[in-house]
Amino acid sequence: MENLIGLLVAAPLLGAAVLLCGGRRLDRTGHYLGTVLAGASFVIGAVLFADMLGRGEHDRALHSQVFSWIPVGGFRADVAFQLDQLSMTFVLLISGVGTLIHIYSIGYMEHDERRRRFFGYLNLFLAAMLLLVLADNYLLLYVGWEGVGLASYLLIGFWQHKPSAATAAKKAFIVNRVGDMGLSIAIMLMFTTFGTFAFAPVLANAEDASEGKLTAIGLMLLLAACGKSAQVPLQSWLGDAMEGPTPVSALIHAATMVTAGVYLITRSGAIFNAAPDAQAAVVAVGAVTLLFGAIVGCAKDDIKKALAGSTMSQIGYMILAAGLGPVGYVFAIMHLVTHGFFKAGLFLGAGSVMHGMNDEVDMRKYGGLRKYMPVTFVTFGLGYLAIIGFPGLSGFWSKDKIIEAAFAKGGTEGWILGGAALLGAAITAYYMTRVMLMTFFGEKRWEPAPDPDKAPSVEPGIEVRPGEMPHPHESPKSMTIPMVVLAFGSVFAGGLFSLNDAFLKWLEPVTGHSHGHSPLSAATVTAGTMVVLAIGVALAWAQYGRKPVPRTAPRGSLLTRAARRDLLQDDFNHVALVQPGRYLTRGLVYVDHKLVDGVVNGTAAGVGGLSGRLRKLQNGYARTYAVSMFGGTAVLIAATLLMRAV
Amino acid sequence: MSFPLLTATAAVPALGAVATAAVPAARRAAAKWVALAFSLVTLALAAVILVRFDPDGGRFQLTESHAWIKDFGVRYELGVDGIAVALIALTAVLIPFIILAGWHDADPLEGARPNRRWRPTQGFFALILLVEAMVVISFEATDVFVFYIFFEAMLIPMYFLIGGFGDRAGERSEEETATQRSYAAVKFLLYNLAGGLIMLAAVVGLYAVTADDLGTGTFSLQQIVDARASGQLDMAASTERLLFLGFFFAFAVKAPLWPLHTWLPNAMGESTSPVAVLITAVVDKVGTFAMLRFCLQLFPEASKWATPVILVLALISIIYGALLAIGQRDIKRLIAYASISHFGFIILGIFAMTTQGQGGATLYMVNHGISTAALMLVAGFLITRRGSRLIADYGGVQKVAPVLAGTFLIGGLATLSLPGLAPFISEFLVLVGAFARYPVAGVIATLGIVLAALYVLILYQRTMTGPVKEEVRSMPDLRPRELLVVAPLIALLLFLGVYPKPLTAIVNPAVDHTLSVVDEKDPKPDHPVTDAGWFHYSPKPEGASHDGASGGAK
Repeated sequence: MENLIGLLVAAPLLGAAVLLCGGRRLDRTGHYLGTVLAGASFVIGAVLFADMLGRGEHDRALHSQVFSWIPVGGFRADVAFQLDQLSMTFVLLISGVGTLIHIYSIGYMEHDERRRRFFGYLNLFLAAMLLLVLADNYLLLYVGWEGVGLASYLLIGFWQHKPSAATAAKKAFIVNRVGDMGLSIAIMLMFTTFGTFAFAPVLANAEDASEGKLTAIGLMLLLAACGKSAQVPLQSWLGDAMEGPTPVSALIHAATMVTAGVYLITRSGAIFNAAPDAQAAVVAVGAVTLLFGAIVGCAKDDIKKALAGSTMSQIGYMILAAGLGPVGYVFAIMHLVTHGFFKAGLFLGAGSVMHGMNDEVDMRKYGGLRKYMPVTFVTFGLGYLAIIGFPGLSGFWSKDKIIEAAFAKGGTEGWILGGAALLGAAITAYYMTRVMLMTFFGEKRWEPAPDPDKAPSVEPGIEVRPGEMPHPHESPKSMTIPMVVLAFGSVFAGGLFSLNDAFLKWLEPVTGHSHGHSPLSAATVTAGTMVVLAIGVALAWAQYGRKPVPRTAPRGSLLTRAARRDLLQDDFNHVALVQPGRYLTRGLVYVDHKLVDGVVNGTAAGVGGLSGRLRKLQNGYARTYAVSMFGGTAVLIAATLLMRAV
Repeated sequence: MSFPLLTATAAVPALGAVATAAVPAARRAAAKWVALAFSLVTLALAAVILVRFDPDGGRFQLTESHAWIKDFGVRYELGVDGIAVALIALTAVLIPFIILAGWHDADPLEGARPNRRWRPTQGFFALILLVEAMVVISFEATDVFVFYIFFEAMLIPMYFLIGGFGDRAGERSEEETATQRSYAAVKFLLYNLAGGLIMLAAVVGLYAVTADDLGTGTFSLQQIVDARASGQLDMAASTERLLFLGFFFAFAVKAPLWPLHTWLPNAMGESTSPVAVLITAVVDKVGTFAMLRFCLQLFPEASKWATPVILVLALISIIYGALLAIGQRDIKRLIAYASISHFGFIILGIFAMTTQGQGGATLYMVNHGISTAALMLVAGFLITRRGSRLIADYGGVQKVAPVLAGTFLIGGLATLSLPGLAPFISEFLVLVGAFARYPVAGVIATLGIVLAALYVLILYQRTMTGPVKEEVRSMPDLRPRELLVVAPLIALLLFLGVYPKPLTAIVNPAVDHTLSVVDEKDPKPDHPVTDAGWFHYSPKPEGASHDGASGGAK
């Protein structure tokens, strides 16, 4: 069984290699190959899952040593895999949702001449993401970590001829690199503290290290998580990442990659458990981001960007839960899985809407689509109900637990965190209802397709004639089937997981769990959640359901305008980092040319009396002088040696 | 007497240079094939060295030793350790690709009359082989004087390669490029000569010191190291420091270390890209190699004395080089500044004095050679197509030449040390090695990974993405010859990124030995984990972990 673990990664990796090096021959069949290999990964994952269920809960983990990777002195990094319940959960989510999105992309990317390459990148992503969750040490995890970053870069910038896409891709990679610095430093700290950075020995011995060291490691891991999971203050790339094709947004920027930070923190639980200050920072980041993302989500008219704000916010919930320690780890992962279903489903739904609407993304130009796209409407609607936490659906079970756990933190902190989580739930209900109403209800606000020359943001490959009115239609089967499957997950997954606390029992041997002491009873929390949910929905209804939606956005309050600009995150980065950086590099270029070069040249010329020669040499006698100088040097050597000998 | 393998590895390219130069003017094209053949034979010999070298064997292997200038104790002494083997292999691997990439760089201009005396094609390839011969013997020499001679002599063919051959003028006038080129060549020469002359004084000084203490002067590295270890040779601290500085200055110019770096962007910018690769990937490595072999081993105490200053200069190089790379408008100068940043990493690793630092630095020399070659040669193919080095003259190349853009991206990703590609391993080892002894330096150097992402991705975005510029619309994709150059380099980057063990296995013992000469040991971890084997971690049962959590919340 151990040997199968490597195959999980190898199958999509093979696909990526074949598709990217295979050339045009594979243009007609490549996407099937990519999909089949993604499916193969899922099947292998399922086999391993069945095998794992057959064993007792404390010897479910498998380990597979492949080869020794970097052995230098005491530094030992191996290519080795570890498959335990936590990794297994991710494997199934990644390969499962991944396969569905491969299928969806067959239809979605049908008209794109570079579809083969798209599938190659998707396979590359799967391989890297699976490596990330299967590695048995932090350095190998780092390979997967940057591997998914690369895949994300390539896919955000897939339509490279659009300058906005190329810029967004670069921004995502660079912001992520800032996070990667954190991961690098964390690994170095582990190496100098424990002499190793493999999970098992580090985590088992974490408590021996000083709290200061553990706090430092924890904060660095948090920095890494902030980058990958788009948490404040490294959140600015996620909104722009929506430049990528919609299946990419669904898979990478909603369901899987962006949740890698949650995995990292949960996996490193033993470190955080012993470093309360680091945990406090994690919790703070989670709470701030869940509100930040939700507020941004309320103000966006671009359907994908509204969903991106929502993703940020939902991951904020997960990070918050993970920061709570053993009270929250299991629920962080549970919410991660249910979110994987409903958010992927919502994005695929958004893609389906765009597909039928000439790639329009502005919700102010949608309206009344429920009659034209019934399957999309129903699946999107179920995803909507799941994300706002409608009783009985997936999101209800997982989010409710997190809110409860936040209150259980105790003291003032518990009230603040719990309050933030509740407020977030209300805003979630508001902005998701807004999306739902603006897209599927109300009157038609459709507009003719823009002239592609004037608006180069139109996704290519889909034939759109300028000036043509959209003809909304249901998407092909290859697109709707994955949406239906994900809708099933959105409805039932949470309930299944909560049945007999199945998910809790499954993960507890790996993450540990404690119940905590909530000042409020579970029923009170649930009731409170229902109340704020109703308020959020009602507010959105009052604003977007009862009244017609204006075709152009009203000016809005100061907060709305700030939220449209992502709460000024880019403006801040621009003023605080980009501009000073630009002046610094320009200044240095000048300094290097005038000062460093000049001083060194001047010194050399002064010392050697070479300035005159330099000028002559530049006059074209260079070769003669070079030879003569070598002659001189040779004479000098000979003379010195002779003197010594005498 | 056994076959003098090391001499042969240097002699073959030297002979090749003569043979290439001797090809008659009329048979210009044949010169390329002659040069390629000789470089391949050299590669084969390097492979034999690699096979015959025993990683766990003696300190210097395949040694050759002959009296040369008896009066001055100069001996023709050659020998290789793991570090030298790795770098000889790098050189031997890169030269055939450099020759192939520069296949048309020295073709006479159209309309130029054949000239019996000036035969640029023959000259170009002969000079490349001559440089190879001198670089190889510099890696092999264990006699300081022999090393010095070839270290300096290398400047002559390099000077002509930089000054004599450049990119086609493009939009600039032929005259202007010629002026720029000769300025770059002279600057290269003067900087390196200045370094070399100071080193010469130190070499002579070393002879004087050994002559005083040992009776007869010597230049033999092994002999001096042994004499110092046994206490026979006892240098005063001030003498040792002066001699160290003399050596180090020359190597720091060559490496190049901030603030002695300004010759490199000129030299790399003005020369053709295969020559630029020759400079940064091969010739400059002699500088960092010599720091490891000569500075540290001849002058261990002075090396430790100078470490703080050198580390600061290395850190400045890393950050400064990267920032300047971001600010460049010229593709080749950008890559040159990136190299300055990378040399900062190499020097940081060497002077961190840890096995990870020095092992990483050695790997870094090899990996940087391969990755820069990949990036620079593709950049060269691009520049040849458009006739401009300016980033702003490109845009949207990805659309018209996807393979070119793809290989360029891979070269760039290697340059920014993406995990999975070879440079990641060396960079991470250097960082860990530096961090273990100097955490602050390690953290500052880590900033370099963000800056590297900036200069690589900005370059890629501006040249390869966006709307297709009119001038690049008809740009052809990579040709088979060009693909033949790039594909193996990329394969190597991937292979060494996934399985670097063949390299680490030969480098590790040499690094351990160097550190034992310097008398430095790796810092110990605070809480070493004794059982390094795999076992499953599982959290404590609920009660215990809960107490821990609530205790922590207070």
